[in-house]
Amino acid sequence: MASPEPVAEKTRALEEALSRIGEPIEEAQARELAALEQCECKDGMFALAATRRGLLGGAGTVAAVGMTAMLPRHARAKAPAGAVEYPVPADSTKEQGRLMGIDGGYGSRSQFESEVRWANPTRTASFTPMQSGYGIITPSGLHYERHHGGIPNIDPAGHRLVIHGLVDRPIKYSLSDLKRFPTVSRTYFMECSGSSGSEIMKAREPTVQRTHGLVSTSEWTGVPLSTLLRQTGLKPNAAWVLAEGADAAVMTRSVPLDKCLSDALVVFAQNGEAMRPEQGYPMRLFLPGWEGNISIKWLRRLEVSEQPFYTREETSKYTDLITATGKARMFTFTMEAKSVITFPSGEMRLPGAGFYEITGLAWSGRGKIARVEISTDGGKSWSLASVQEPVMPICQTRFRFPWIWDGLPAVIQSRATDETGYSQPTHEQLIAERGALESGSLFYHMNAVQSWGIAADGSVKNAHPSS
Amino acid sequence: MLIRRAERPAGLRGARVAAALLAVAAVIAPAVARAQGYPARFEIGTAASEQDIAPIAIAVPSDGKGLPPGSGDYARGKTVYESACAACHGADLMGVAGLPNMPNGAQLRLIGGRGTLATKNPVLTVESYWPYATTLFDYVRRAMPFTAPGSLASDDVYAVCAYILAEGHIIDKSTVLDAKSLPRIAMPNREGFIPDPRPELFK
Repeated sequence: MASPEPVAEKTRALEEALSRIGEPIEEAQARELAALEQCECKDGMFALAATRRGLLGGAGTVAAVGMTAMLPRHARAKAPAGAVEYPVPADSTKEQGRLMGIDGGYGSRSQFESEVRWANPTRTASFTPMQSGYGIITPSGLHYERHHGGIPNIDPAGHRLVIHGLVDRPIKYSLSDLKRFPTVSRTYFMECSGSSGSEIMKAREPTVQRTHGLVSTSEWTGVPLSTLLRQTGLKPNAAWVLAEGADAAVMTRSVPLDKCLSDALVVFAQNGEAMRPEQGYPMRLFLPGWEGNISIKWLRRLEVSEQPFYTREETSKYTDLITATGKARMFTFTMEAKSVITFPSGEMRLPGAGFYEITGLAWSGRGKIARVEISTDGGKSWSLASVQEPVMPICQTRFRFPWIWDGLPAVIQSRATDETGYSQPTHEQLIAERGALESGSLFYHMNAVQSWGIAADGSVKNAHPSS
Repeated sequence: MLIRRAERPAGLRGARVAAALLAVAAVIAPAVARAQGYPARFEIGTAASEQDIAPIAIAVPSDGKGLPPGSGDYARGKTVYESACAACHGADLMGVAGLPNMPNGAQLRLIGGRGTLATKNPVLTVESYWPYATTLFDYVRRAMPFTAPGSLASDDVYAVCAYILAEGHIIDKSTVLDAKSLPRIAMPNREGFIPDPRPELFK
């Protein structure tokens, strides 16, 4: 029987931990946690180069030897985002673990895991840490974000979706109305049209999170938009649908009616629970395979019209200026086939020659991935990777490729081909087709083959064919 | 209930049901195919009234349909701009660089840049790039100014559009903008857009 004192102490510790749920950690603490988690004294490989430098800088042996001594201090630090800090027992087999329910009924990740989204300096987009992802589903808390007026906090009780315009019967729906319709669940990727744009002219960003992290995959549940439009009816001249959000940007995009009547959804759930606020809670449009921004979040209004509205987000932004001609492509919806190797990738370090399983993700807005090829010699020769079943349309597909690294400098690449036969182009092909463009934020739909350079010391860097 | 019907054995149904089942069985699970219970219309939701629609139906298409009453000119627009816009877009409309948590200066720039679109350093502004003046009105009304989105009166929105477009040498400083004149403005890059030609045939 446990003595009262340790029990009371444990209760206090748990209460203290509970009171810290949701508290942010400071950047320095996050770095320290990341360093501990990934330092070479723990598993010896795949550490981020910058983190290693930070940890070993001037005191490598001290840091390595001092590992055990540092743990208790680390455990007293506040928990990483999404985690709760609990005391670490000296021997977890010699005392009872914590009780169910003390987490309030909603679990959290381990306090020893600290992967987070990386937000760009303007705080308008955040990137999924693809380098540490597994399988094909992106955890909801790590799904990339792009907002045009911040994240609105919306009470569903007061939220309505109004469908009007060229319809027979204008109708408004609450969230509970929406949930009464027959629903479907589909696992789809979503990608920002600006994803990887920074990389068109040269290697700019250091990690796969920052080069490719504006893509994520979730299981989405909602109502086919065709079902909702059948309720309202459509006038004979209906041809476009304006979708509008309830954020501060009151974000609007015009959507061709054909898409609305085929696979478009109004979704309210993500990965088996209510959709996250940053993904559009309580409801969003979801247009599979199309550039992310047109899947309007916090959806409040659908106006059926004869013509597109030429909103700011489909004229001044999200049009693809072809500098070769000075003309811009408008309504460039589809996200074309793309892939990237997530391991090994930028800022990792291979500890030495030998066996590695290259892995990564491939996806296409036009359907299923048909094949993924890998090159370990900078594109001179290609071999098929294995793709993990089930391969689903408009969904990220995990690929793997066994590789024995001989310890010599190498450039590794992946190239995806989708079921339409379309293959990823090279940077040179994209630039030849569309023209050079120095501002990466203007180069949309960048799906060129990504290269990672591996040096003889095992360090992995973003590599670009032109550099 | 739909679900209970779905669970009924197919044998209880007529030959037509069985035929329909055969047709769809290959693509739809039999339990769902037997449901047959989804109506063409659902009695879900509430009729949306004019009072529900009018306050939020603020989008302005390129023909200007739905533009509100009111008007504004350059002089009034200059005053509005200086108090509501200049902090980010700059007193010279060239964008302010280095603002915390804001797009960079180039993205806040409103005028200039004509003749740069076919270069590798294009300058995209209202003047050089935007195809419709109605879009400017629509966007300013719905989303600007940044610190108080959607707060400008219609007269002020017309006026600030007049100011920006005149500073961009697209209209005269004497032009008064309203629901009639705004959609008629010929933007310099009106013909600068083409449909999506993808998939590209790479050489």
